[in-house]
Amino acid sequence: MISLAGRDILHSWGKFVLTGVGLGLLIGATLTMAGVYRGMVDDARVLLTNSGADIWVVQKDTQGPYAEASSIRDDVYRGLLGMPGVAQAANVTYLTMQVRHGDTDLRTMVVGFEPGQPGEPGYLVAGRRLLRGHFEAIADVKTGFRLGERIRIRRHDYEVVGLTRRMVSSGGDPMVFIPLKDAQEAQFLKDNDAITADRARTAANPALNRPGVPGLLDAVTASQTINHSVNAVLVKVGAGDTAANVAQEIRRWKHVQAYTREQMEEILIAKLIATSAKQIGMFLVILTVVSAAIVAFIIYTMTLGKIREIAVLKLIGTRNRTIAGMILQQALGLGLIGFIVGKISATLWAPAFPKYVLLETADAMRALVIVMVVCALASTLAIRAALKVDPATAIGG
Amino acid sequence: MKSERRLKWLTIAAVVVLAAILLLFVARSGPLASMRVTVAPATRVDLAPLLFGIGVVEARRSYLVGPTTAGRVRHVAVDVGDVVKAGQLLAEMDPVDLDQRLAATSAAASRAKSAVDTAAAQLADSIARREVAAANARRYDDLGRKGFVSSSMTEGKTQEMNSAKAQFAAAEAALAGARQDLARLDAERAGAQQQRSNLRLLAPADGVVTARDAEPGSTVIAGQAVVRLIATDSLWLKLRLDQHRSAGLQVGLPAEIVLRSRPGQVLSGKVARIEMIGDAVTEERIAQVAFDTPPKDVSIGEMSEITLRPPGVKQALAVPGAALRLHGGKSGVWLLADGKPRFVPVTTGTQGADGRVQIIDGLKEGDVVIVHSESELAADRRIKVVSTLTGS
Repeated sequence: MISLAGRDILHSWGKFVLTGVGLGLLIGATLTMAGVYRGMVDDARVLLTNSGADIWVVQKDTQGPYAEASSIRDDVYRGLLGMPGVAQAANVTYLTMQVRHGDTDLRTMVVGFEPGQPGEPGYLVAGRRLLRGHFEAIADVKTGFRLGERIRIRRHDYEVVGLTRRMVSSGGDPMVFIPLKDAQEAQFLKDNDAITADRARTAANPALNRPGVPGLLDAVTASQTINHSVNAVLVKVGAGDTAANVAQEIRRWKHVQAYTREQMEEILIAKLIATSAKQIGMFLVILTVVSAAIVAFIIYTMTLGKIREIAVLKLIGTRNRTIAGMILQQALGLGLIGFIVGKISATLWAPAFPKYVLLETADAMRALVIVMVVCALASTLAIRAALKVDPATAIGG
Repeated sequence: MKSERRLKWLTIAAVVVLAAILLLFVARSGPLASMRVTVAPATRVDLAPLLFGIGVVEARRSYLVGPTTAGRVRHVAVDVGDVVKAGQLLAEMDPVDLDQRLAATSAAASRAKSAVDTAAAQLADSIARREVAAANARRYDDLGRKGFVSSSMTEGKTQEMNSAKAQFAAAEAALAGARQDLARLDAERAGAQQQRSNLRLLAPADGVVTARDAEPGSTVIAGQAVVRLIATDSLWLKLRLDQHRSAGLQVGLPAEIVLRSRPGQVLSGKVARIEMIGDAVTEERIAQVAFDTPPKDVSIGEMSEITLRPPGVKQALAVPGAALRLHGGKSGVWLLADGKPRFVPVTTGTQGADGRVQIIDGLKEGDVVIVHSESELAADRRIKVVSTLTGS
């Protein structure tokens, strides 16, 4: 038995392959868009996973530390450590800021963490962990920093001693990890001009600068420059306790807000990135519809292009089934080529995206099914046109 | 039929090539891809730990020089930066009426001295009178016994003698009183002089003036500083060390000091004192580090980075610190055995300055552990050992 579809494809294989590649690039774009969406959600998830916490303790009535600003005293963790079910509790600060790298500014999230506690990057791709309590940093490779380079954050230089990977904020900004005390200072320390101006303001206040009370002004100034705040306390729950129960106890007794992993994910995915995710989702839907329409039109016009040949086939008595099979096979083949080209191109260009693009196998499988179904549906349109053709067209014209 | 076969082969070849490319991509970048890792063996090395903290230059001895009573500053003799010697005049307070009071007490003392002289003269006079009266009394007594004069005459002379004696006693007492008066006034004058000299603010030790807090004419209360001094030979650094990274801190440890103003220069010093009282709020320990040779032109309050090197451990079994992971709530390393990662909990000890960590328990020499990895490790992950994960 000869393959009609194969013969036809071979007849104009260049056209067929080019059409397939074109379609593939379109599918690739759609897959990438899905990857962008998945990447966004994954960024949020990975942020939570990397922090290594079961419970996030933040300022009361806020949804911090990622979705809202949160500030709590840095001795809160001591009280938390004393609570039943709490295995580890560590202060952490998050600060999104521009960091200079060579001549360019780099948007990063600076994380202040305590070594050996939740919040520390779980794995490194190069270098070592922090040894000194100050002025050392671990950076995400996405920042572009290399080992031994120096990062300037506010008024201090930090030496990059370790590199890690996939440590990003919910917005996809790569992270830079520095010791907690330095981060506290970086977050709350004002620039020198502001400090000087503040001192002058205090000195100009007659209530705080009384001639009869020497030392009062110094004391007031000193008290203004101290800051003992952090953004959140990361809590790890001990074996045998559920995070929900422990969080409930913390909320009840400690006058702070405590979120479990599920609640935090809800905040991040349903609230923080909801709008941009919907935006991309909308675009993804449109792209899928457009792709489907284009596939349908391509197959339809392909069939119309050889309507005369089909008429000839009919004239020589070819069965309708054979003709329909030929068109269907061609459509599916086109879809398959398109999918493979699309998958490869998406995989190829995904790493070039500035933010993380996550191409899930399940998404790819779903796309394959959709492409095949769309191709099959589109071919029915073409099959109908082919079957309707009058064999007389072959000779009449 | 030839073209038929060719077509068949072409189709098969095309499908195989495409599938191969797809598989390659899936294998290299999907969840099925093997994770690249770097490994290192556990080896015996000498571990030299280090302690790192922030120091601030401080003066061990600083002096606040001010008056002991409230008053107005008359003049300030030194300015900030002046090098002063012990005993040098730094400032003087306004004495107000103290000079006049000193003059008054001096005059009173002189007058008391004259009073002493008067009393002494009166005493001499009374002695002379007493002697004449005594001689007269003796003579009349003799004559009275022989009956030449009446007894009333004799008694009169005796009375004169007794009276002269009493006058002598009175003059003697008056002289003692005048002397005491003189002593009192002398003491008062000395006191006024002391007070006067107390208004002169003198340098208690050799040093450098760091602040001139009050200018002539300004009023200061008792205890308020007019001039501040520090002893320049007593500069040291107040070192703050994170409590959980301060094991091995002891007096006498050599210190490498890098001042913020001269980052390229490493100065040497020693831990001079470890404070008993740490900072409970910042969770830091405080120690004082003295320079071996104090540098010139260093300013108080300057920040410095201080590295201490406590004694290390010889020939300790160690792995790179990046190999330590938390897994299932336990700290351990991923052992590479038969090409598969396996998590082994370990007990760690000293951490060296190169990042290596001593393994006290859990590993044996030669065990290969995973150091760097592209993501979190799991027991069922396929891994591929490479020499480096960054760069090409």
